[in-house]
This record gives sequence, structure tokens and C-alpha cells, in this order.
Amino acid sequence: MGHKTPLFELHQELGARIVDFGGWDMPVQYSSQITEHHAVRRASGVFDVSHMCPIDLKGTRVREFLRHLLANDVAKLTRPGKALYSCMLSEGGGVLDDLIVYFLTDTWFRLVVNAGTRDKDLVWIRQQSAQFDVSVTELTDLAMLAIQGPEARAKTASLLSGSAADAAMALGPFFAARVGNWFVARTGYTGEDGFEIMIPAGDAVRVWRELNAAGVASCGLGARDTLRLEAGMNLYGNDMDEKTHPFESGLAWTVAMEPAERRFIGRSALENLTPSKQLVGLLLEERGVLRSHQQVLTPSGPGEITSGSFSPTLERSIALARVPAGALQHVQVDIRGKHLNARVVKPPFVRFGKSTLQIDK
Amino acid sequence: MSNVPPDLQYTKTHEWVRRLPDGTVEIGITDHAQHALGDLVFVEVPDTDKTVKVGDPAAVVESVKAASDVYSPVAGVVTQGNPGLAAEPEAVNNDPYGKGWLMRLRPAQGAATAELMSAAEYQKLLQTEAA
Repeated sequence: MGHKTPLFELHQELGARIVDFGGWDMPVQYSSQITEHHAVRRASGVFDVSHMCPIDLKGTRVREFLRHLLANDVAKLTRPGKALYSCMLSEGGGVLDDLIVYFLTDTWFRLVVNAGTRDKDLVWIRQQSAQFDVSVTELTDLAMLAIQGPEARAKTASLLSGSAADAAMALGPFFAARVGNWFVARTGYTGEDGFEIMIPAGDAVRVWRELNAAGVASCGLGARDTLRLEAGMNLYGNDMDEKTHPFESGLAWTVAMEPAERRFIGRSALENLTPSKQLVGLLLEERGVLRSHQQVLTPSGPGEITSGSFSPTLERSIALARVPAGALQHVQVDIRGKHLNARVVKPPFVRFGKSTLQIDK
Repeated sequence: MSNVPPDLQYTKTHEWVRRLPDGTVEIGITDHAQHALGDLVFVEVPDTDKTVKVGDPAAVVESVKAASDVYSPVAGVVTQGNPGLAAEPEAVNNDPYGKGWLMRLRPAQGAATAELMSAAEYQKLLQTEAA
């Protein structure tokens, strides 16, 4: 028996198939993973992401602390409500977790970390925070819902009163605000527009039902995975972990090496390495399905798929793969002993409902 | 409730077997199996003339989530893999006992077969697994 979110019984009532995800009993799909995927690309869908862990950090030195803790630089956050994606690294430069950090006030930031890493993250963050006199509080009694898709924001706002709806609709991309007793963020993990909201746990079932009534489809973690893969977004534990660093995980863009005097955890290790590997996108040019751990054959040596699936939008198989560094255009993937051709592409594969690739049908 | 046609035989691993008038057998996966796998997006069927033993992985069905082997319940020589599934793997979801058949075999002389169940026995197995 795993942990359960405030929506667990509703998921069962809605006929979801429940699976273990990082120690949580979560809905993987309600009716059809492909239908749920398309609902998000074409209209709107809602996901229960209450297993993820919000953490509040408070103190006068909180910004200084986060500039030490995170590989991305919270100095980029100048307007209250703005969010930033970052890795949290070990001294050795390995990725302890990836997270979103929200700047709320000069003495208050909020993190959202992964479910599977929450316990070790909390220990690590508390350990590092001691010298900065920052309080670390895990938020409980909340439900988190991700409402995603081209119609997601309008449908979500339709549940709110006039002024609250206006406030939510006025949020720019990657901004968050308190709206009544909701925390509304215009963020997501699907490559579509939408909101991620934190609401009192006791309201979760009512809000989910109201979203369904407004035409927002219930979507499981299965669709969430194909959506994030099409969007070229990494999954912690698959595409990167403590044993890999950001430069071989397609995450160099999230590491702020400037200014040079900011000595964040993991910086020295990153300064001293030359990446021998890279994370790339693959598009399978033949029939079949790419899966994690399949071997990739390249002229410069072997690689491995870290996330692979069928892409419902492209109707082709796509993957993220860790391969030798350097220019590559065509590779082969070993699928049950057969070597199938794949094209190396730059993620994302799909953005705002549209393919980013040239594909011959 | 899963659809379990009375005129077929079944395996514990959720394949079905249909005996055809010409002495060959047709093999597929059950309605219960296709439902458990979810939307199928790719099916690999065996080549004609391939010899298979009982319990050999003879076909592969892949859903969005995962790849699963389909084991041959009968020893013999493949007479045909279903050619329609290349373009339409979802036929296994929509019509698992009809258009979604996977392969046809000519059983070997005095061929070994896996322990096959009647429809009633298979229904009982599904109820046990659900409990």
C-alpha cells in the first residue's frame, strides 16, 4: 500500500487503473492513454500531481541560500511570482533532483520537488540551509492539479469568481500568484499552455469534478509521460540522476555559469569536466517502439535510450538517448536484436500541439 | 466483464487458440489481455515458415507503455502472421478474436500443446485473478 493523494478515491470512482509511482498509488490512465494525450494537445486535461512535494523556504538570506543550493541562478527572478526551472546538484555535479522554484517575496521562496526524491531532498536542503538561517517547511494538506492544454486556462478560470478569474488569466508564462486560497502557476510538463494549482486538500474532489463538468478530461500519468517526452522534457530517474551531470543530460541551459563568482554546489566539478556524452532526441524511421535501456549504435560508440515511447501526436516512436558527444545525424537502435534506423533530432518533438520535425509520412 | 467466446481455447498467459477447418490453428490474445495492455501501437508477428515450440515468444505486442511477448501455446510451423496489423495494430484492441488475430500455425505431427482451458475454465481464472 502506497501513499494516497486526496483524490485517490475519486480516481477509483472514475475507473482509473492505479499503479505505484515513487511510493504513491497514482492513476496511470482512466480510459485510454492515447485519448487522454490528445485531449491535452487539442483541448484540456487535468492531472493529479499531489504526490509532488512543495517546500517553503523563508528567511532574510533565502535568496543567497538558493544561489548556493541551485545550479540555475535565482538572481534571474526579479518580479514576485516568477518561476525558474533548476537542477539541484551534489558536490560531484550529479543531479540530485530537478525542481521549480517560485520567488514570492524577498524572504519567501517556494520549491516543488519530485515525489520519489522528497525525503532525501528535504534532508539535503535542511542540511545546506543551516548556515543561512533559512526555515524549510514541507507543505502538507494541499492537493496539486495540473490543468494543461490550449483550453486549460480558460476552463480553470471559469471555476473562479470574476476578479479571481481575471487575476489567473493575467498571469504571464512561468508566473504564479495567490488567487483566493489557491496558488496558481502558469507552468506545466506537457509542452502546452496551462496552470498548475495548489489548493486545500479538502477542496480537491470538488474542483476536479467541476473541471470535468467544464469539459476538462481526467488524465493519468501515462499520458503525462508521453506528453512530456514529446515536449522534450527530462524525467528525473530516467534521463538524469545522481550519476549523471547536467551537461550530459541536455540541461546545460539550466546551469548558470555566469556570474563566475557564484560558487553554487557542484560548480567546481562542472568546471573541471569535459562532457564525453550528450542527451539527444531520436526519431525512429522504421516501425517499432523505442524503449528506455535499448542500445544505440553510433559511429562514435554505443549509447543508451533513457526514455522512449510511441508519440501519439507524431504517430512515430521517439526517444531521449545518451550518446557520445559530437555531431550525429543517423544512428541505429537495437530492438530485440534488430538494428533499426533512427534520426538524431533536437527536442522538443512537439510544441503547442504541432510537430517541430520534418517527417515523411 | 471480459468477452470470452465459448468456441475457443485459452492459456494461463491470456492467449486464445482457434482450430480452423484446414487443420491449422489461429492464435491471438484475449479481450482481457488487450484491455490490460491498453492502446496497442505496434505488433510484431512471426515470419512464415518459422518453427515455434510451446512457450516460445512468437509475437510481440507493444502498447504506449510497454512491450509484451506473446507465447505460442502450440508447437508447429507458422503459416502466416497477420499482415493487417502493421497498419492497424489497434485491431487487437478493437477486435481481439477477429481482425486482431496474430498468427496461424500448422501444428507439428502429434504436436505438444500448452495446457489449454475451455472458455468456462478461463472465465474462472479471470475471476480468481481479479479477486
